[in-house]
Amino acid sequence: MVRVDGRGMSSSLISARGLDKKYQRGGEEIHVLQGLNLDVEKGEFIAFMGPSGSGKTTLLNLLGGLDVPSDGTVTVAGDEITHMSRSNLTAWRARHVGFVFQMYNLIPVLTAYQNVELPLLLTKLSKAERKEHVETALNVVGLADRMHHYPRQLSGGQEQRVAIARAIVSDPTFLLCDEPTGDLDRRSADEIMDLIQQLVKGHGKTVLMVTHDPVVAQRADTTLYLEKGALVGTARGEEVGAGGFR
Amino acid sequence: MKFAHLMRANLFRKKTRLVLTISSFAIALLLFGFLAVIRMAFSGGVDLAGADRLVIINRTSIIQPLPLAYRDKMLRIPGVKDVTHFNWFGGVYKDPKNFFGQFAIDVANQRQMFPEFKVPEDQWQNFVKDRTGAIAGAATAKRFGWKIGDRIPIQGTFLPGTWEFTLDGIYHANRSGDDETQFWFQWDYFEEKVPDRYKGMIGWYYVKVTNPDDSVKVAKAIDNEFSNSAYETHTDTEKAFAAGWVKQFGNIEFLILVIGTVVFFTLLLITGNTMAIAVRERTAELAVLKAVGFSDRFVLVFVLAESLLVAFVGGAIGLGLAKLLTLGGDPTGGFLQIFHMPVSVVPWGLGAALAVGIASGILPAISAMRLRVVDALRRV
Repeated sequence: MVRVDGRGMSSSLISARGLDKKYQRGGEEIHVLQGLNLDVEKGEFIAFMGPSGSGKTTLLNLLGGLDVPSDGTVTVAGDEITHMSRSNLTAWRARHVGFVFQMYNLIPVLTAYQNVELPLLLTKLSKAERKEHVETALNVVGLADRMHHYPRQLSGGQEQRVAIARAIVSDPTFLLCDEPTGDLDRRSADEIMDLIQQLVKGHGKTVLMVTHDPVVAQRADTTLYLEKGALVGTARGEEVGAGGFR
Repeated sequence: MKFAHLMRANLFRKKTRLVLTISSFAIALLLFGFLAVIRMAFSGGVDLAGADRLVIINRTSIIQPLPLAYRDKMLRIPGVKDVTHFNWFGGVYKDPKNFFGQFAIDVANQRQMFPEFKVPEDQWQNFVKDRTGAIAGAATAKRFGWKIGDRIPIQGTFLPGTWEFTLDGIYHANRSGDDETQFWFQWDYFEEKVPDRYKGMIGWYYVKVTNPDDSVKVAKAIDNEFSNSAYETHTDTEKAFAAGWVKQFGNIEFLILVIGTVVFFTLLLITGNTMAIAVRERTAELAVLKAVGFSDRFVLVFVLAESLLVAFVGGAIGLGLAKLLTLGGDPTGGFLQIFHMPVSVVPWGLGAALAVGIASGILPAISAMRLRVVDALRRV
């Protein structure tokens, strides 16, 4: 179970200790995260909520190795990533993290199949093995029949499902979803959340998600509320909708 | 190559831009090819000049004659192996625009002096026996559709009358770029027909030296031999003579260098800008590539490879067109006799294109390499 008091077990899948992140902007120092602690167990589905500028996306970037903290450490599956070199961090991301972005960020000149195949190009898998993995991932997201379509030929929800297939195709340790439904209508958002929940419950994936939407956050096992760079509240499942942060 | 489809998809993302960029390279390399052909046309003779040959002209000017009597004196100078001579005829075949060089030659020594020009033995023997015979270069014979045995009338210019020749042979050069446009006839026939004031005089001499390393020494000895005479000489190696001839037209090399530099610099600005725009448009995509695990180095090579591929394809098209358009040979009717694109231009041209490709791609590639995923995605 997720803990934010810094006393999580050393066997936690993801462990953050004393995470600090400061930016310099126009001569002013902005303290985005302040001594944040977090422990996430394998198979958990955690959502982060909070007002704009509270540090949700920054936290996700630090946990995903896209950014480095000003202070503190992040350990994932035993690897302390905060002191890795840029190139080691890149290789680590390829093995351990699947990213899902709000704007899908598919490459428009590649088909759905080719977009999903991208992370596998970095592996030693043969073409036939890559094909098998890609088709499996597209089957999981229900888009096997659209694999040769380009992003412009897909709806927003379908594009996001392709992005999820890309995120899971290399079977990463955990998924980071930054506002995965932020650009979708309610129905498409529900479909995407069904899919993410299926990945957690059916495939045992660990998912960390940032969202502004309480309806979406309710789907997570636990929602953590950030304010001014600190974790200030926790809610379980549907308690989010009832304003039940403790 | 598992990344090929990724590169192909990116290249063909904006087809019009791709075509225009490749066309920029193609046009620049077409011009590069033409400039190389023109440079070759002017200075090819310099490269092909015999290392063991000297050219002796009248010290005042090449249009002033030298006495035939100098030949035997030259043969006595140590280091001189052979001597032959030429007279410029300068006649007109049917129309003044049908220009080609006509020379009265020393039949006895021509072949030893210029072994690069090949005439079949039977044709040469017919020529030697035929006082009004002539030998034409293969290019000139082809140009006018001449066959062996044809009668060729040439109207004298500074010499009076119409001179009738019989084509006894056609010579071919055994090196690419050698001049195949000359027209030779017997000096004896020339000597017989010229007015008295020209008799016993020749236009210029060629000397073959025993040892090319002694060329400068022999040249000096020849000039010393005839110093303070009525017909002082000026002797140069054939290479220096050819180079001096080219210089009469101005500094062709410099002109070509300037034009070439301007063309490639402009190309660099155009393609550099294009590459920068192409990379800027793909900021988010490059960030995603990095997020999913593509390394900084991969992104650098990926962007550079794109630039190099465009440069290579454009360059190859341009050089191919230049070769194709110069296959017809001299378009000036004889002024640029050595008119072809040498093979050596291809690696130089492609090298220049790739250098521009690297130069135009390197800054966008470095900026793509340095791109931080977090910053790039925040911008989108």
